[in-house]
Amino acid sequence: MVFGMPTPDEIVSGAARELRSRPQFPPGFGEDADDDAPLPTEPMTINMGPSHPAMHGTVRIILTVDGETVKEADVQVGYLHRCFEKEAEYATYTQVFPYTDRLNYVSPLLNNVGFAMAAEKLLGISDKIPERAQYIRVLIGEISRITDHLTCVGASGMEVGAFTPFLWMIKCREWLWELLEELTGARLTHSYVRIGGVAADLTDNFAQRLRDVLAKCREAMVDVEKLIVKNRIFRDRMDGVAVISAEEAVAYGWTGPCLRSTGVPYDVRKDHPYLVYDRFDFDVPVGSTGDNYDRFAVRMEEMRQSMRILEQALDQIPAGPFKLDDPRISLPPKSQVYNTIEGMIGHFKQIVDGVKIPPGEAYSYTEGGNGELGFYLVSDGTGRPYRCHVRAPCFILMQSVPKLIIGAGVADIIPTFGMINMIGGECDR
Amino acid sequence: MSKADLDKLVAQFPSAIVSTHSNCGDDTAVIRSETLLSVMRWLKGSLGFDFLVDLTAVDFLGRDPRFEVVYHLRSMQSGSRLRIKVPVACSEDGPNPAVDSVISIWPAANWQEREVWDMFGIKFTGHPDLRRVLMYEEFVGHPLRKDYPKEKRQPLIRRDYSME
Repeated sequence: MVFGMPTPDEIVSGAARELRSRPQFPPGFGEDADDDAPLPTEPMTINMGPSHPAMHGTVRIILTVDGETVKEADVQVGYLHRCFEKEAEYATYTQVFPYTDRLNYVSPLLNNVGFAMAAEKLLGISDKIPERAQYIRVLIGEISRITDHLTCVGASGMEVGAFTPFLWMIKCREWLWELLEELTGARLTHSYVRIGGVAADLTDNFAQRLRDVLAKCREAMVDVEKLIVKNRIFRDRMDGVAVISAEEAVAYGWTGPCLRSTGVPYDVRKDHPYLVYDRFDFDVPVGSTGDNYDRFAVRMEEMRQSMRILEQALDQIPAGPFKLDDPRISLPPKSQVYNTIEGMIGHFKQIVDGVKIPPGEAYSYTEGGNGELGFYLVSDGTGRPYRCHVRAPCFILMQSVPKLIIGAGVADIIPTFGMINMIGGECDR
Repeated sequence: MSKADLDKLVAQFPSAIVSTHSNCGDDTAVIRSETLLSVMRWLKGSLGFDFLVDLTAVDFLGRDPRFEVVYHLRSMQSGSRLRIKVPVACSEDGPNPAVDSVISIWPAANWQEREVWDMFGIKFTGHPDLRRVLMYEEFVGHPLRKDYPKEKRQPLIRRDYSME
């Protein structure tokens, strides 16, 4: 007998055991040949992720399914945790900007602006930022919002089978990113905003190029809507899936397009205007049912509103300095650094010690791509943050995903997840 | 903006308040941890702070009490905001510090309290599912504590030695 092989007796008893463990049919089952009688089922546990081709980012959902219906779901995040908050405590305030690029990496400039505003609030210079810098921040922020929504809508469309809209929207995103690349020097991780302003002025023909790109994007968005808004497959996958009420959304801490899809018109730009948002005429689109289609429609309309803001900002932007003229906060111009001793020392002190921020705490919030993006800074008076906490909107959105998908089908997870728009970098930090 | 709310809170719970300030325009109240739930219920029920914006903690190593749990609230009706801070004491090598969970008031606290537990080791009494959320279960320690060295590495390596 080969060691380890089951004996014939064991094989028989194993088969008997398997027979016994088969589901017990209800009494009378099959006798009346009733085809509508429910088949006995048993729950099954499956892993979705951590690496799944249809998921945005790396996330794992442990599903308990009964047939195709999700009975339980445990969402596990953290696969992209890069210790942002710990690293920030060891970096000067200026050195934190590149880390913020990597939070929501489809709209890095919104994170840049959010962090700069938190540091400025703590410094008490929020009202001293030059107007031109504020307009530039609005411009780059709204461009980033459009790229964020383009990615979200395009990728979600692709996941439910609409591949062409994805290509068109990514093409639009690429035009916008080319523009930002020309302005900031980097295609994706811009690190363009500084405390007290921005790193460089707008390029010469920025306004005209932006207007041209926006006109092309508008055309592409009309084409996309023609393809998917009346598409049977798209509507069937999105309409009425993952519905949440306004009260629940507020209770779960939802913000951004997802909250607005339930009908709550909360937008930080309108409710707590920052920068120069109170000078623009724009609407806050809201949905009515809070399903996936509403989240899609709100994002499409928000892109149009962002384009309105961009055009008004281009019309209004004044000439002037693009950063605060304060040697304790802004780096001196390079001509002074290389030619004067004061300039060199100032540059050296700022690079080594960082911008000194008085002790205190501040929570600053802006409207990010996915909702309220907050930075809570605690300073101990040195050039490095004592504590830097980011309120990542999609981390808080993600905790209610089990609520949305329990009771839905396994296939409904994909569009729901796409419309929540989890960005791994921001969720896991 | 919400200075009036802060005054109402001080008038309602004079014994619960440790201190208040409005630096940088953020109205803040530091309250005693044992009064947390009653204050928060009152803030939600009477002043309409129905939205828990953010929940985090700060480690003031060397100070007593060592930790502060920070809550940012917003009223969706009036738009006013309030910051509530709760000092939490922690002995050097005693048990983990604990504070009451606010998940029964705002479900949004669920993952945020798990994150604070994960990063700072502060327990939330009454939380139904207090697991780590960003780090893995095998991780030892709480990385955002000031005495956790930044350079420390804990790679998660699972090797099967049974074949050797």
